[in-house]
Amino acid sequence: MADEALFLLLHNEMVSGVYKSAEQGEVENGRCITKLENMGFRVGQGLIERFTKDTARFKDELDIMKFICKDFWTTVFKKQIDNLRTNHQGIYVLQDNKFRLLTQMSAGKQYLEHASKYLAFTCGLIRGGLSNLGIKSIVTAEVSSMPAYPDTGLHPKTPRSQPELKPRVRCSTNCATQVLR
Amino acid sequence: MAVCVAVIAKENYPLYIRSIPTENELKFHYMVHTSLDVVDEKISAMGKALVDQRELYLGLLYPTEDYKVYGYVTNSKVKFVMVVDSSNTALRDNEIRSMFRKLHNSYTDVMCNPFYNPGDRIQSRAFDSMVTSMMIQVC
Repeated sequence: MADEALFLLLHNEMVSGVYKSAEQGEVENGRCITKLENMGFRVGQGLIERFTKDTARFKDELDIMKFICKDFWTTVFKKQIDNLRTNHQGIYVLQDNKFRLLTQMSAGKQYLEHASKYLAFTCGLIRGGLSNLGIKSIVTAEVSSMPAYPDTGLHPKTPRSQPELKPRVRCSTNCATQVLR
Repeated sequence: MAVCVAVIAKENYPLYIRSIPTENELKFHYMVHTSLDVVDEKISAMGKALVDQRELYLGLLYPTEDYKVYGYVTNSKVKFVMVVDSSNTALRDNEIRSMFRKLHNSYTDVMCNPFYNPGDRIQSRAFDSMVTSMMIQVC
């Protein structure tokens, strides 16, 4: 569907636009990441309002996290979260093995350090959604690059559509709101 | 037809409150304020399951001799309170539900407006006109 590519391209432009318009010193400070995260926050608030308009009321925090993993992620990224883990004390780890916004980047370690810029908006999205549902949270994301096959000395041809970046989102819900990078 | 419509934020302050212009609007404000307690009681999980726990529409909160008060809560804990005239017996539950549905749709539109900061008073004209269509026409 064309609308997927639209958002992907817009998001990439957004990230580079924010960085280009930043002053010299700001790029190191990380204000750009904060800006992107805040953008995602506001969008998340509005999106959640729209998506929960017709759903039943949520029973508890776990219910809300399951909603985020299934319905919310499906509507935004056309797929569900692959793995949700929790320690039942306020920390949830959401794992997406094929994160839509990163699939177009080349596999391997070259661009790993820049991946965090592309995750800031999505972190804000989740934080905004949770805040509108009444949960204060901190959302951090990490990308661990995992090769498609173990390195045995041979390098089999990996098909292009197989992404190697596996972002993992970690939300902890027992802290006050404070934007982390 | 409603006599007073209010939108209350999650922190229990009014985002929007409008009543038909009578001499004593404060009475409506007070009724909405007291109905918040009833709303909290209904949505708390501790209470008996008089209202289906999963539903957004809360139903009749409490009746007084002149008015009836209905409530509705969204998933983002924003409450809608509506006061209707008791003498208007033609109003059925379905109609109240559809009025709340329209309110919720308009509120969602306000929320998605990028010029609106969540937590501010609602000043959207579209929202205003939708509420006007729901209130009793006073010449």
